[in-house]
Amino acid sequence: MAYNTVVEDNIDILVVGAGLGGTGAAWEARYWGQNKKIVIAEKANIDRSGAVAQGLYAINCYMGTRWGENKPEDHVRYARMDLMGMVREDLLFDMARHVDSAVHQFEEWGLPIMRDPKTGHYQREGRWQIMIHGESYKPIVAEAAKKSADKVYNRICVTHLLMDDAKENRVAGAVGFNVRTGDYHVFKSKTVIVGAGGASNIFKPRSVGEGAGRVWYAPWSSGSAYGLMIQAGAKMTQMENRIVLARFKDGYGPVGAYFLHLKTYTQNCNGEEYESKWFPALTEMVGKEYLDTEGQHLSHKPIPTCLRNHAFISEVNAGRGPIHMVTMEAFQDPHLEEIGWHNFLGMTVGQAVLWAATDVNPKYENPELTTSEPYVMGSHATGCGAWCSGPEDVSPPEYYWGYNRMTTVEGLFGAGDAVGGTPHAFSSGSFTEGRLAAKAACKYIDDGKAEGIRVTDEQIQRRREEIYKPMEHYRIFRNEITAGSVNPNYINPRQGLDRLQKLMDEYCAGATVNYMTNDKLLQIGLKKLKLMEEDLEKVAAEDIHELLRAWELKHRHLTSEAVMQHTLFRKETRWPGYYYRGDAMKLDDANWHVLTVSRRDPATGEYTMEKAPCYHLVGAGE
Amino acid sequence: MPTFVYMTRCDGCGYCVDICPSDIMHIDKVTRRAYNIEPNMCWECYSCVKACPMDAIDVRGYAEFAPLGHSVRVRRDEEKGVIAWRIKFRNGEKDMELLAPITTKPWGKHIPQLADVPAPSQAMRDSQLLFNEPKYIRLDEGDLHTLASNGLVMKEGVYY
Repeated sequence: MAYNTVVEDNIDILVVGAGLGGTGAAWEARYWGQNKKIVIAEKANIDRSGAVAQGLYAINCYMGTRWGENKPEDHVRYARMDLMGMVREDLLFDMARHVDSAVHQFEEWGLPIMRDPKTGHYQREGRWQIMIHGESYKPIVAEAAKKSADKVYNRICVTHLLMDDAKENRVAGAVGFNVRTGDYHVFKSKTVIVGAGGASNIFKPRSVGEGAGRVWYAPWSSGSAYGLMIQAGAKMTQMENRIVLARFKDGYGPVGAYFLHLKTYTQNCNGEEYESKWFPALTEMVGKEYLDTEGQHLSHKPIPTCLRNHAFISEVNAGRGPIHMVTMEAFQDPHLEEIGWHNFLGMTVGQAVLWAATDVNPKYENPELTTSEPYVMGSHATGCGAWCSGPEDVSPPEYYWGYNRMTTVEGLFGAGDAVGGTPHAFSSGSFTEGRLAAKAACKYIDDGKAEGIRVTDEQIQRRREEIYKPMEHYRIFRNEITAGSVNPNYINPRQGLDRLQKLMDEYCAGATVNYMTNDKLLQIGLKKLKLMEEDLEKVAAEDIHELLRAWELKHRHLTSEAVMQHTLFRKETRWPGYYYRGDAMKLDDANWHVLTVSRRDPATGEYTMEKAPCYHLVGAGE
Repeated sequence: MPTFVYMTRCDGCGYCVDICPSDIMHIDKVTRRAYNIEPNMCWECYSCVKACPMDAIDVRGYAEFAPLGHSVRVRRDEEKGVIAWRIKFRNGEKDMELLAPITTKPWGKHIPQLADVPAPSQAMRDSQLLFNEPKYIRLDEGDLHTLASNGLVMKEGVYY
């Protein structure tokens, strides 16, 4: 094929994916590596890419230590409880102690942060959330990243990481293609910081047809953070910890500001409070430590997100759906009504479009809620991602191998969705993780750890052939049929995505099976994923755009396999409301108060699973 | 709720193609105007709508269940630092105009060039501090948090 090969050599730090994690990495890298070559490779356009592309109305992770509002350990306690005990406390503490400085920078750069008129502090939405006018959040942080980077390559779909041919298990850059020109891009780099996204669209969405892209998490978040690292042989953790969200039905409008700031609440079809009814039985399942129905209001421990989902799902299954958000009271206040609408316009315009289209005025009608399909990500209320080193002053030996946020592949770092075990980082925490990874990457280079990297032409050529294979496959077989998309020799990326979503939904606890699975179902699912892997060798791309979709599909497939393997390995229902193991319904702290860690052998595709200790660095506190 | 492009307004400038995070705004080879090539991968994030200098791009509700006749229009003004929205319900009963700031400072001017700031000392490199810390964490004299500074002792891990 006549595409050019474009080689960018002598890079010190390559940032793959410039969402909030990647922009943080590029920005900070310049300070610690003023003489270093920093390059960004972004799949879309850095000005509007990643999950924050359309904006945010809140920064969900802000301590407020300058006003004595919270300490980092408070946030660790909160995130640990929300994730039913399973977090990397070292990474969380580290993120939380730095996150305020990132937010203070955003304000200096021009991000409009709302303030409480009485106290002068940032306007709180909840204990951890502050309210912003964040429509331009992404363009603002993109500006910072562009100021620091030597070069920004937009529209590069990074498909693989390059590995060092001189030393095993060391990264040496990345390769991909330009989705506009089709050119093959080779980035030879001493370190790589993966700031790519988590995975939407690996489970069948509730939306159908034309609206299939109307999902909660961005449809362009194709699991590349995981696909790239899994392929390179990095160890992954907590991949079973997928997230299900309660959101406004069909539009997926956010509920955070509604619950926390507008003080709206939910009720069933009969207008009854239902949530607490499900807690006594649920306490049996998860134990009093995680759900103390009598003492919860005294301890001020919030109910974990997944358990609130469980109550929602159970009530609907009992035939008392739909669940409504009671907005009619709050919306009588014109100020609150305006906030309610701005909340959508700032981050989920689709919900405003939906209400306008269906004449739902929340001032006079309580809108419906629903639970979403599952998502795999590492920065929201869930902690999938790579098994990374923590900081030296906090981490116990099992969590520390020298360089903060470095994965088990040397020179390969993560930020945001890419880092496992750090839920509740959200946008500001992801940016902060990028900063931490950048400092560590500079240190790694300065320590001489990246000396002698060699990338053979054979590796570069092999990846080139692999990348364009879907187009070659299409060219060879397209004329065997008259017209149309039904071909005995290939499937197109959309057909592949439909297959992946169907099997993940049915075998790995998606929405249509009420988030339920078991050993037998997972075994069948894994078998089908293997068959699908064979078919992915025959996926066909008609043009460069379809080639992009083909590689997104391959990354999603790799992510899915990890999710399936982890879900099979953890023989308990750790997060009821996110998913259920029907054959192991109870939370089993005796055997599973551990972090799960996997590695896929890049040569054979075989998985090995292990348990890692779950350290509690922070006490129970007040 | 995908985007679409009005034929009479689009001049094929390609701003939407440049900005779309999902790579679905393309220029039609025959008409030389933009269109959405893959509605089912559209997040209706409005990036293209905001970028279009001709106001040629709009969004309409799902064909599957959303009735026609509504509109949510936007104008984003970088110079003034504001974004204006107009939401019209299909039944005509609600017509809202909302305005919000998008920035408080001129674009990029208050973002320092880190290549030009004084280089970090070795002590800074050896510490856990990031750029402008600890000043930026607390904006006072406080130092970085450590387990010890916060009175925390590492507890034994739980491992089976």
